[in-house]
Amino acid sequence: MIRHIKPALGIFALLTLLLGIAYPALVWAIGQTTFNNQANGSLVYVNATPVGSSLLAQSFHGAMWFHPRPSAVGYSGNASGASNLALGNPKLIIQIDKLATNYRRENGLANSTPIPADAATESGSGLDPDISVANAQLQAPRVAHARSISLSTVDSLISRATTSSPSYFFGTKVVNVITLNLELKRLQMR
Amino acid sequence: MINSTIIPLLIMAALIMAVAPFLGRYIYRVFADDQIKKDTKLNKLERNFLSRIGIDPLAEQSWKAYALSLIAFSTVSILFIYLLQRIQYLEPGNTNHLHAVPPALAINTAVSFVTNTNWQNYAGESTMTAITQTLGLAVQNFVSAAVGLSVAIALTRGITRSRRNTIGNFWVDLMRSTTRILLPLATIFSIVLLSQGVIDNLVISRCITTIAGGKQCIPGGLVASQEAIKELGTNGGGYFNANSMHPFENPNFLTNFLEVYSILLIPFSLPFTFGNFAKKRREGITIFAVMLILWASSSLLLLHFETSSNQLNLAKTANLTAVTSTKVLPEGQDLRISTPSCAIFSASTTATSTGAVNCSLDSLEPAASGVALFNMMLGEVSPGGVGSGLYGILVFAILAVFVSGLMVGRTPEYLGKKIQGAEMKLITIYLLISPAAIMIFSAFAVILKTARTAVGNPGAQGLSEIIYSFVSTGNNNGSALAGLSSNTDFYNITQAINMVIGRFGLIIPVLALAGALVSKQAIPQGPGTFATDKPLFASILIATIVLIVGITYFPVLALGPIVAHLSLGH
Repeated sequence: MIRHIKPALGIFALLTLLLGIAYPALVWAIGQTTFNNQANGSLVYVNATPVGSSLLAQSFHGAMWFHPRPSAVGYSGNASGASNLALGNPKLIIQIDKLATNYRRENGLANSTPIPADAATESGSGLDPDISVANAQLQAPRVAHARSISLSTVDSLISRATTSSPSYFFGTKVVNVITLNLELKRLQMR
Repeated sequence: MINSTIIPLLIMAALIMAVAPFLGRYIYRVFADDQIKKDTKLNKLERNFLSRIGIDPLAEQSWKAYALSLIAFSTVSILFIYLLQRIQYLEPGNTNHLHAVPPALAINTAVSFVTNTNWQNYAGESTMTAITQTLGLAVQNFVSAAVGLSVAIALTRGITRSRRNTIGNFWVDLMRSTTRILLPLATIFSIVLLSQGVIDNLVISRCITTIAGGKQCIPGGLVASQEAIKELGTNGGGYFNANSMHPFENPNFLTNFLEVYSILLIPFSLPFTFGNFAKKRREGITIFAVMLILWASSSLLLLHFETSSNQLNLAKTANLTAVTSTKVLPEGQDLRISTPSCAIFSASTTATSTGAVNCSLDSLEPAASGVALFNMMLGEVSPGGVGSGLYGILVFAILAVFVSGLMVGRTPEYLGKKIQGAEMKLITIYLLISPAAIMIFSAFAVILKTARTAVGNPGAQGLSEIIYSFVSTGNNNGSALAGLSSNTDFYNITQAINMVIGRFGLIIPVLALAGALVSKQAIPQGPGTFATDKPLFASILIATIVLIVGITYFPVLALGPIVAHLSLGH
């Protein structure tokens, strides 16, 4: 056994240098030079100050903003993850009911109004930046009213923030809450 | 069932069939005797280095020496990863002020990454420093896969060589797996990931004022380089707690598709490598076909269970409408990934030894997460982990030959090698050791109150969480029904033992099998030889795999996922 240890140490040291330092350094260099924006977190800016990442949901409260999907971990960015509640767990149904009630209250909807499932379920990452188009449209009147802008202005912002990624395979078009709220912010600052 | 949701599955299968034969051929050339002996520049560089650290690069090893080298290397790896976690609070750049990882968790994590399991009882962003991740864990993502690949090549040599004593040189195989296969592929894949938004920077965490005036700390790290090998090496350990659900690990539909592809690519190429070594293409194609059939069936089944149920009905009082063409509750799912992609990802990650997740498995339809569980129970041979998939299915192939031989009263042989008592003893150990450990640990967990209270969901799903955790660690997968809070001493230690048994308890019999077979004379095929390159053999092989697993695990499948599914009442 002892005679196997020396080569093990030698090869381990070499591979650690190659795979733990040289390789990540190469990928880092390519990222910083060629894909700078993506490699640094797809940041979005207001007046050259970073205000978030277009890939990570943020906390938005109040009538002025579109709200992202509920999160099991908050939107601080220091944590990520799902509720891991099972479909057969009564807690899940109670939680969905609660989230649905909140959503209807916030948006002034009647109890009988059906709402899209993404509005009352917690996302997988806890940082899902997207909501469904139906979800955005239900929030639009509230936002338009609170900001005293026309509904058609808000609707056109929604369609600009809608991604037509290849997920059309499955009929899911999604609206990025970060880019959408950023547009609202820019409109407000004009 | 024929609808748009299976289009990506078909594209995936087509792209695998298009590339796997060529990559398989390339991998063969990396390990072929004449290629290793050639005097190319790269070979000379490699030999030069190996001789400096006391290895004769042209001398081959017996199976025992091969196994000892492998164990020595893995031991050094475990000790290093353990130490790195224990001293990480001293590291420069630890601006998050993370503490040393507690001993039991550090043991669990070290074993987990060295055994290619990547079970995680921690949240990456709040437990591991950037140096621990990049210098420690990411390196293991490469070398644990390379170890698996080396063992697969050693067994292949054992089967295809005639009357020899050696099965290759572990150090040479390890070096060549890493530098000529995994490293180039990972570099290419990480660049693709970078272009799509996977982060790669030296910022620990950038705290900003959000659009609405709140606070958010945007995490950083060398993620793209680690993410690429996480998938290609069938590892699955996420940089972040949310794993491939996290937008910084899996930012869009394309990266999601490519992550599944890169999980499957090498394992599906290895049967072709085997065919090249055997100089019998059809033998390789037969193994490939079995893997493909099992993978496609499990993907379709998981897709079916997850997308066909009316989950909206479960939350009737909330009065929800569907956001996709399916009536799924997207609890634990990110919208950009979509439910069908989650199904294909979950099937592929458990059919290999990856264990990465792109949706919460605990919140899936219980029958769907049951398929994921069943995939792992198969021993991950459809197509399995890098290397471990090939050696696993070759063990099943030899078993299938043996069983068929018994039925017709002939001495069984596989590629001309007689299968006798010595080989069957090793195969029996291989088949029983891991399920035995899994069942014993699960039984203890169910009995012990402290272990039982770790479950996150009541009833049958809670039992599934416990069983799943031991099947996952025992098969070196690493995915979880993550409602289980298993960062406790009991789980950390039992899982670590389970992972060691599931890895080295199988690798040692496989290498011994290679040693037993390599010394045998290959008998030329006669008219009475049972052909192992025909659809008949493929069917027998599938039946053998499914039956063995069925006999072993059916009772727990019934008590866990099946009861949970039925009790949902739809």
